[in-house]
Amino acid sequence: MSAGTADATASGPGARRRRIIPGFGLSLGFTLTYLSLIVLIPLAMVFFRASGLGWGGFWKVITDPNVVAASKLTFGASGLAAIVNCVFGFILAWVLVRYQFPGKRLIDAAVDLPFAMPTAVAGIALATIYGPKGWIGHFFAAHDIKIAYTPIGIWIALTFIGIPFVVRTIQPVLEDLEMAQEEAAATLGATRWQTFWRVVFPPLMPALVTGSALAFARAVGEYGSVIFIAGNIAGKTEILPLLIIAKLEQYDYAGATGLAAYMLVISFALLFVINLLQRWMARHHAI
Amino acid sequence: MALGSAAILAGCGKAPEASTTSGGESKGGEKTKRVLLNVSYDPTREFYVEYNTIFAEHWKKEKGEEVEVRQSHGGSGKQARSVIDGLDADVVTLALSLDIDEIAKKTKKFPEDWATKLPHDSSPYNSTIVFLVRKGNPKGIKDWADLAKPGVSVITPNPKTSGGARWNYLAAWAWADQQFGGDEAKIREYIGTVLKNVAVFDSGARGATTTFAQREIGDVLLAWENEAYLSNKEFGEGKFEVVSPSLSILAQPPVAVVEENAKKKGNEEVAKAYLEYLFSPAAQKLAAKHFYRPANKSQATPEDAARFADIKLVTVEKFGGWAKAQATHFADGGTFDQLNKR
Repeated sequence: MSAGTADATASGPGARRRRIIPGFGLSLGFTLTYLSLIVLIPLAMVFFRASGLGWGGFWKVITDPNVVAASKLTFGASGLAAIVNCVFGFILAWVLVRYQFPGKRLIDAAVDLPFAMPTAVAGIALATIYGPKGWIGHFFAAHDIKIAYTPIGIWIALTFIGIPFVVRTIQPVLEDLEMAQEEAAATLGATRWQTFWRVVFPPLMPALVTGSALAFARAVGEYGSVIFIAGNIAGKTEILPLLIIAKLEQYDYAGATGLAAYMLVISFALLFVINLLQRWMARHHAI
Repeated sequence: MALGSAAILAGCGKAPEASTTSGGESKGGEKTKRVLLNVSYDPTREFYVEYNTIFAEHWKKEKGEEVEVRQSHGGSGKQARSVIDGLDADVVTLALSLDIDEIAKKTKKFPEDWATKLPHDSSPYNSTIVFLVRKGNPKGIKDWADLAKPGVSVITPNPKTSGGARWNYLAAWAWADQQFGGDEAKIREYIGTVLKNVAVFDSGARGATTTFAQREIGDVLLAWENEAYLSNKEFGEGKFEVVSPSLSILAQPPVAVVEENAKKKGNEEVAKAYLEYLFSPAAQKLAAKHFYRPANKSQATPEDAARFADIKLVTVEKFGGWAKAQATHFADGGTFDQLNKR
């Protein structure tokens, strides 16, 4: 991505029409090579190795009761985490853009921490805090509510790692939003709710969906932070990535990649649907 | 998802720089320094740090050559897969013979009868599975039977993801087998009940120790003897007690030279010596200091030796060797999967 700015200086004065990046051919070639090396070839390997299973073997892998339970948990908790992040990420971004208060920069920087922190550290910290003897966990434990080592704990870990995706995608859009429009709506007699729903919300919609989709995708593949708080109890709190590790531990490469391929296909399908939905809504809202 | 990229990364990741020229004779002041890579598993870290120093001294005295040993630690299975994917290990010192078997089978870099190359089935140090309980042993946990009692909360890593945890499971099975005179139905009922008492299945041994020691979850931690004593030391003596059950399993972490890698780097001789020296009195004493049972018991100091309780120990041969135990108990659909239901 940053290659664009780096190459800007390279386009000499000889260029007939000045483009920021030299030559369509060159940049496309670079894009394709780069994408292939980093993304496409490794992903193709997953499908290639998984193909060793055959359809029968693949079906057997994904219909295993533990895999079915783990799929529901992984996609369910990830979806729930994305929805919660969508709401609270929006509020966070709103506060950070619209209000001035002491310590704002600190909070702004803290949003990125889940990005920067090694996920295992995050997982251990979360498990410690939400465990039955932890700072927060013991209040709940007193009321017989378990957080760590239950799906609730998994959901908390997935929410934690997803926050920056939503905040960071909405923030720039929100900053570009002109207050004048809201003022205009107010002078025309719109209620607060109408101003929000009709004026503020529609332009934010695409960013909100993108951010939540990113948070969701990240949550599905998350391993490090979840594993310490999950408890890993078969059929109850096992996530799909753990089952992949379990298969690798048996040197069952085909089974592990089969499961990975299955996750990829579901994630891709879900993201595709979200994308369609976003387009449909964008058209619908463009009054 | 990360699989493919991991395979590619492994190629350029941890490989140590090429070791220096072969030819042991150093001319004048020109010193050659050898670099050896030992790929090991998690709990051996502290032992090998010290061992590497005494081996380097030994090698210098014998051959007049400097040798630096680099260490790589991680879960035993993960480490084995790294070597299979091309990590340049000269020697592997892992938790299960199964893992070394798999490297031999997949890479063909050394013969499959590697275990016969060194004394004691190529296992310089042993351990066994014991219980770590909280101070004063409030739940009165004395033996395997107590793990199945209602209200007892057990912590063990997950046998599906942790090589160490497979020893725990087999130890419990071996005890039940003796207790119930081989009555399979009763053994399965017992194991099923214990598994229901497990509060958290951490993915690795150190994770389980953290859960038990720092997060204060569970009444009893199933741990390798060396890990149990190490946690006792690290988290302050007097917070926990080590309880030795009446019967347990002899865990024999094996070692082997990855011959083709060592040969390529001209490290054949030093790699072999590195493993052989593990059986020397000095190294055996060091193993005992780090709470491993030395293969040659007479070498431990009396103080260290006193720690190793006389437990009746069975070996994995009781289960027909690792390959068979793995297939019967831990493969998908094996007894662990069958009994781990709640």
